This record gives sequence, structure tokens and C-alpha cells, in this order.
Amino acid sequence: MLVTDQDRLRQDIGALVTRHGRGRSSLLPILQGVQQKYHEVSDLAMQLIADELGIHPVEVHSVVSFYSFLDERPRGRFVIRLCRTISCDMADKDRIAQQLAADLQIAFGETTSDGLFSLEWANCLGMCDQGPAMLVNEEIYTRVTPALVHEVLERCRRSLGAHALDVKEVQR
Amino acid sequence: MIAANFTGTLTFASVSADAGLERALQKSRPDLIADVSASGLKGRGGAGFPTGVKWNLAAAARSDVKYVICNADEGEPGTFKDRVILSDHADLVFAGMTIAGYAIGATKGILYLRGEYAYLRAHLERVLATRRERHLLGEVIHGKAGLRFDIQIRLGSGAYVCGEETALIESLEGHRGEPRNRPPFPVDTGLERRPSVVNNVETFAWVTSIFDRGVDWFKAIGTGRSVGPKILSVSGDCARPGVYEVPFGTTLAALLEEVGGQDARAVQVGGASGICVPAGEFHRAIAFEDVATGGSIIVFGEHRDLLHVARNFLEFFVEESCGQCTPCREGTAQLLEGVELLERGACSTAHLAQLTSLCQTMRLASKCGLGQSAPNAFLSIMQHFHDELMGRRPEGTLPPAASVGR
Repeated sequence: MLVTDQDRLRQDIGALVTRHGRGRSSLLPILQGVQQKYHEVSDLAMQLIADELGIHPVEVHSVVSFYSFLDERPRGRFVIRLCRTISCDMADKDRIAQQLAADLQIAFGETTSDGLFSLEWANCLGMCDQGPAMLVNEEIYTRVTPALVHEVLERCRRSLGAHALDVKEVQR
Repeated sequence: MIAANFTGTLTFASVSADAGLERALQKSRPDLIADVSASGLKGRGGAGFPTGVKWNLAAAARSDVKYVICNADEGEPGTFKDRVILSDHADLVFAGMTIAGYAIGATKGILYLRGEYAYLRAHLERVLATRRERHLLGEVIHGKAGLRFDIQIRLGSGAYVCGEETALIESLEGHRGEPRNRPPFPVDTGLERRPSVVNNVETFAWVTSIFDRGVDWFKAIGTGRSVGPKILSVSGDCARPGVYEVPFGTTLAALLEEVGGQDARAVQVGGASGICVPAGEFHRAIAFEDVATGGSIIVFGEHRDLLHVARNFLEFFVEESCGQCTPCREGTAQLLEGVELLERGACSTAHLAQLTSLCQTMRLASKCGLGQSAPNAFLSIMQHFHDELMGRRPEGTLPPAASVGR
């Protein structure tokens, strides 16, 4: 990691600490902020947060490793979480899984080589009457069809950089 | 009897959050809690603990700081009614939390929203901001001197077990979501070791409704031991899945007719941690004293393989067990392995009997509700569909039973 990148991470963590406070109860909001911006909570990030909160980095790691939305390894810019719980399962989530894997050329648990997409399973997303459901970052898609998969992926790609068509499409 | 399947026609749509809050704040604290007790309201998250008792204990606890926590970590498979309530009737929930704050003497409220529902946060923050502008939250509420209460939203990060109230509190404190030993209970030793009331989203919405409509209105609905209406999330093999409001005591048969699922062979009531009710028992009622549910109803049609259902639920529990206590961590994995053996036709009757015994151990010895209820679905499916689970031929093989395991 370049020194400038380290500085940027340090600054961002400093800002999150200022916003949420230095108490232990601020740990999750801080980690969530880092995850959102960097798509991972790196070893260095855990060390920096530990220093700020005055706790051992192992404490931070124990929390990061517990929650499925916090990652120790870099995840893609867009994390796609397909619900695998029973109602979505009965709504044929396997077909959507198949199409996602085919369109992205990766398996579940993997990230595309361009760092754009990660594919994950999710447990019940609370869209059981409208399955199959999937989350793309914080956005929910319901009644997903194999055809919609391509459309969603394209929407994600378009939302980045000069080809963004619509401000609303730009995801955090 | 059944009210509606769309949120616009739920009772909540016609309840005034402002009137409910105002009427509640006009009462003295003991009178207010007495009303909640008299209404017979029980926790809508699934456990069914009497809300009035919980509030009384928290009110009696001595502390300068107390908390009101709304459990919006709706993670039970098949449950989505809290998402709908938060989307369409958030004012009722926030008013209910404010009433609880006044009742127990808390000034801080926290809504713990599951990370999967992060897209609701902006909407909820707007509702909170409007309530602050209208002096329904903040320093002086409804012009009542000395009454302060505000609510903040905290996000979860993808852990089902955080729906367990002590795990939720651990998570709020910045720890792994590992349940605590109870007692002590959150009502005296909760967030930051302070007295805390933790209630489900729907419970708070009913509190506000009770003060708007009156205790008598609420008590007239339901059965003697399960009072009031219940919001259900219906999914699976039925013509009209969605959110329904029913009086407690409604039979599964009546519900299935309403949702267009009469052909069901079984219904999962209470989600992955609930029980699987076979068609022969559809006369049973949705109530704490019969088949209890936090709101999840999953319909299984004629063609569904219930062993596959058991596998799906056990995979869920293996993944979501926090791993802290042995009966749950190891038990869920053993049960899943049992399902795999059954799928291959390789589970001996003796082994199945051992698994059944393991289920009892998990129920008794697990630390929290997750492990205690994880075997429910497996057990009820074993009990009711035993004949079709045993002696399966492994897929794509010939009859000889050459590959028998245990």
C-alpha cells in the first residue's frame, strides 16, 4: 500500500471516529464506514481503528470476522447477495445463481478479476413473497429473472465513470 | 375474519400515531403501564413475553440512564412484516418507542435495523427528522415539561443471531453478536449494563394502536391467552403471498383459504426456528398456546420434498450459529449431516434415533433461543413425514444398498 493510500485510510478512519465517537460502541459504525468505502476492512484498517479506540487489534478482528457484511479480504465494488433461504429457494433461486455465475464467470464467494463484482449467498433478505431476491450493495431486487441479471450487471457497470447515464444510478 | 393482505388495509393504516402518543402521555406512568398490561399485549417477535411485565420491570429498575431498543433485526426466514411496517407505518413504531421511553423513564431510543434493510434507513431518518421538527421527539415532547426522548438508528451487519435481544445488545456495544447468559435480563442489565426494554417493531406499533383505539378494542380481538391481531408474512406455494393481519386464534386452514394455499401439504409456522405443521393438523390455530409464530408462514405445496426443506433450514442454522456454545454449534452440523445421510438413504434407524435425542439436548442445553429452536423444524418434519424420509435411493444409483454409511 502506498504511503498516500495509508494516509487516506488514516484520515478516513479519523473522520469516522470523530463522527461516531471513541467509545467501544462506535466500533460497528466505524467498521461499516470503512467497509462501505474500501470494500474491505484491511489489517491496517483494523490496527488503526484499534489504536483510535484504545483496544487490542485482536478485538477488532474478532468483530470483523463475526459479521458477514464485514470482509477481511477485498470485495468487489458491487457485492451481489442472492438469497438462498427457503422461499427464494422454492422460487428457483438456483436458476438465478446459475445465470449470475455464468454472466460474471465466477463462483459464489469469488470476486471478478476487474474487482467490480463479488458474488455471495445471503440468508433470508425479507423479500420472501417476491422471490427470488438479491441485494446489490444496498439496493434490493425482487422477482429476479435470468434476463434481469444481465440488466442489473449492466446498470452497475454503467453507473461507474464517464458512462454513467443517470445520477440516480450511481451507487454508493 | 381476516382483515387484509395489503398494508393499506391493515389496522395500522387507520391508527393515528399522534393521538396514540398524546393519550399515552396524558396518563401517569403507572397507569400507562397498567394499560399495557391490561391490554394483554405480548411480544410480537415470537417469544410472546407480556409487554406490560417487561415495562414494569424496567420502570422499577433504578438507574439514571435507561434505554428503549426496537428490534428491527428481522431475520427469521419467511418474515418480512417488520420491513412493511417500517416502510409504511414507521410513525407508529417511533410513537410506541416514545411511549415506552416515558413509561420506563428512558431518554434514549435505538432502532437496531438489520444490515439487509439498509435501504430503509434514509426513509426512517426522514421520519425521525419530521418527528423532531414536530416536537414529537427531542427536548420537550407534546409540550410535556421534563419529557425528553430521542431515537437513533443503528445498523446490523448480517448476523441472524443479533435478533436475540442480548446478542443485539452485545452488537450495539461493539462486540461480536454472542448472546449473554440470562438472567440478568436486559430489563435490569441491558445496554451498557443499564435497564433496557427491547421490543419488536410490531409490538411498538400495537402499543401506539392500543392507546389510540383503547384497551377494550384490543382485548376484544384474539383468544384469551393470545390477545389482539397479529401481522403475518405469508410466502411459498400459495396464490396470494404477502402481509396479512389476522386475529390470534385463526386456524391455518382459514389462513390458507385466504391466501390461496388450500392444496398445501404442510405449513412452516414460525420460520426456520418454528415447526412444520402437516395438512392433517390445519385445524390448529395461530396463537401462543397452539402454534406460535413471530409472523412467518411458509406454505409447502403438494410437490415439495420436506427433506429438502429441512436441509435448507439446517444449512441456515449451521451458518448463523454464533458458535459460542457446543450444543448449537456442533448440534446443527450433526443434524445437517443426518439430512445428508437421509438424502443418500444411508441413515440407519438407530442413528436417526440418536439425532432425535441430540435434538432434545440442543433444546435443553443451548445457551439461547437460536440453538434451542434450531432442531424444531427437523424434529417436526421427522415426526410427520418419517415414512417418506427413510430408505431413499441415492440419486442416479441402482437398487443395491452398497453405500450404506452409519
